[in-house]
Amino acid sequence: MSAPSADDPSPGAAPAVEVCGLRVSLDGAPILAGVDLTVERGEWVTVIGPNGAGKSTLLRALGGLLPAPGAIRIFGTPSEALRRRERARVVATVAQSPVVPAGMTVFDYVLLGRSPYVPPLGRESAADLAAVRDVLDRLDLGGFGRRELATLSGGERQRVFLARALAQGATLLLLDEPTSALDIGHQQEVLELVDQLRREHGLTVLATMHDLSLAGEYADRMVLLAAGRVAAAGPPRDVLTEDLLATHYRASVRVLPGEHGPLVVPVRPR
Amino acid sequence: MQKALTRGPSFAQRPAGLRPGWLAAGVAAVLVALVAGVSLGPVSLPPGSVAAELLNLLPGVRLDSGLSEREIAIVTELRLPRVVLGLLVGGLLALAGGCYQGVFRNPLADPYLLGVAAGAGLAVTAVISLGAGAGGALTGLPLTIPLAAFVGSLGAVAMTYLLGVAGGRGRSTATLILAGVAVSAFLSAGQTYLLQRNSDSIQQVYSWLLGRLATAGWHDVRLVLPYFLLTTVVVLLHRRELDVLSVGDDEASSLGLHPQRSRYLLIAAASLGTAAAVSASGLIGFVGIIVPHTVRLLAGSSYRVILPLSLLFGGAFLALTDVVARTAAAPAEVPIGVVTALLGGPFFVLVLRTARRVLT
Repeated sequence: MSAPSADDPSPGAAPAVEVCGLRVSLDGAPILAGVDLTVERGEWVTVIGPNGAGKSTLLRALGGLLPAPGAIRIFGTPSEALRRRERARVVATVAQSPVVPAGMTVFDYVLLGRSPYVPPLGRESAADLAAVRDVLDRLDLGGFGRRELATLSGGERQRVFLARALAQGATLLLLDEPTSALDIGHQQEVLELVDQLRREHGLTVLATMHDLSLAGEYADRMVLLAAGRVAAAGPPRDVLTEDLLATHYRASVRVLPGEHGPLVVPVRPR
Repeated sequence: MQKALTRGPSFAQRPAGLRPGWLAAGVAAVLVALVAGVSLGPVSLPPGSVAAELLNLLPGVRLDSGLSEREIAIVTELRLPRVVLGLLVGGLLALAGGCYQGVFRNPLADPYLLGVAAGAGLAVTAVISLGAGAGGALTGLPLTIPLAAFVGSLGAVAMTYLLGVAGGRGRSTATLILAGVAVSAFLSAGQTYLLQRNSDSIQQVYSWLLGRLATAGWHDVRLVLPYFLLTTVVVLLHRRELDVLSVGDDEASSLGLHPQRSRYLLIAAASLGTAAAVSASGLIGFVGIIVPHTVRLLAGSSYRVILPLSLLFGGAFLALTDVVARTAAAPAEVPIGVVTALLGGPFFVLVLRTARRVLT
């Protein structure tokens, strides 16, 4: 993938994401009230938190969809200094429930990921088409090119959404609830795929998730967001504790040691 | 995961685009409409001779068509400008409709969505009824009504835009459509009031409202042509961007686009083209919504297919409709807006029933 600015941004090995004192208000209501967060290159960080904690807002700010002057650096570059096309070559977002355009084939949908490389008002080059074929093959979607996206199952669609993000050639992947629409088998399949791609291509992953056990199994580090602030951050075993989850989710859970991370089991409150 | 589908990878991996077969069909439709439109009328001319005479208009071509001087004059001075105007207006309306449907991501969008029709209607009604009061001095001038329609159309779109922007950023697609509804209702009320007060002008106003290509001369073609070219170039250049916009503003932004910027540019271009079409031929309904959807159902849902084919088939459709409008009840003319709906409605139902694609 050719994403020059992502492979070698100016200051040597700046972290993939640096967030410093991020504040976002929507219609006067504070959603994020001073969030600090660092994601190293190649790391997988998962943001958890109760509904309304500001997880999606954080991802939107990182994706450049909300103004956040001075608070965000992407691979060392201040976020607001990135032009949209530049950003799209460095940061790829998979929305929580992406729009599925009627009648669009899988190939054309993944081809949209090449938009940041297509000159304005121009058309895709042979290299763009080759990049899409390459991504489709890597994600085992080679046979789906001509299928309409709308006819695919949930698991297949999620792979196509990932394929479009990969076609962007971005090295930072923002995943908003990547498994929320999937059954348990497909959840694992998609997360394994993301992890495999992360290793193979040196991607950095920042995800939000609701399934805490699953989140803990795949993340290097977790960030617990509550009421617009970082309530806890660190390796999954430090964040997924009965106390923290009781305080911030108001949930009654047991946390059991697991092979890859703590397993969170809801139990009925006494 | 099933790796089904028997088609080989190379076959599977072409981007959506205008297939040469469809392009050829579109061009053929335009040529058929051109020859048929010029041949048919009170004096029927042989299509072969008409085709030869049309080719003679190209530089360096000299064919013997066998037509008399008078017949040649009928071809070049009476019928050809009317057919060409039909092609331009039909193409513009269908293109603008397809563009609006993409910009608003709404299959019900048509070129009159933002108040063009109501604005033109009010302005023309005002000119006709007030002009009649002024002893016909105003309406006597050939340019008055087209100019009023043009200014009224664009004025209404400007009102809609200002109202929609005032409605709030970020929700602008929905607020813009609602603003269009409000502006249309407001201006239509004004038009109704004027008509009520000046009932003697009702017939003249209605004959304009229902659309006509009747008085077309090269003069009208020359008026519409610059807008036709401008709108066509701007909209067609954005055909790939309209495909990207189909995933919504947030995702389009993540892909490096400026959705609002493209949207307003496209709305401006499509509205300008619609205003030009309306000023030349009145309010011709149906073309802007039925042609793009027929193309979408039959040829593909990418705007790279919809927009160029809408331009060609929209033009051909309107030029052929005009043939029916002026021959069906000859020597009287049926308003073309009536014919587009009468012919287009059943045809579209047929397409809906036979096409396998999904519309929304």
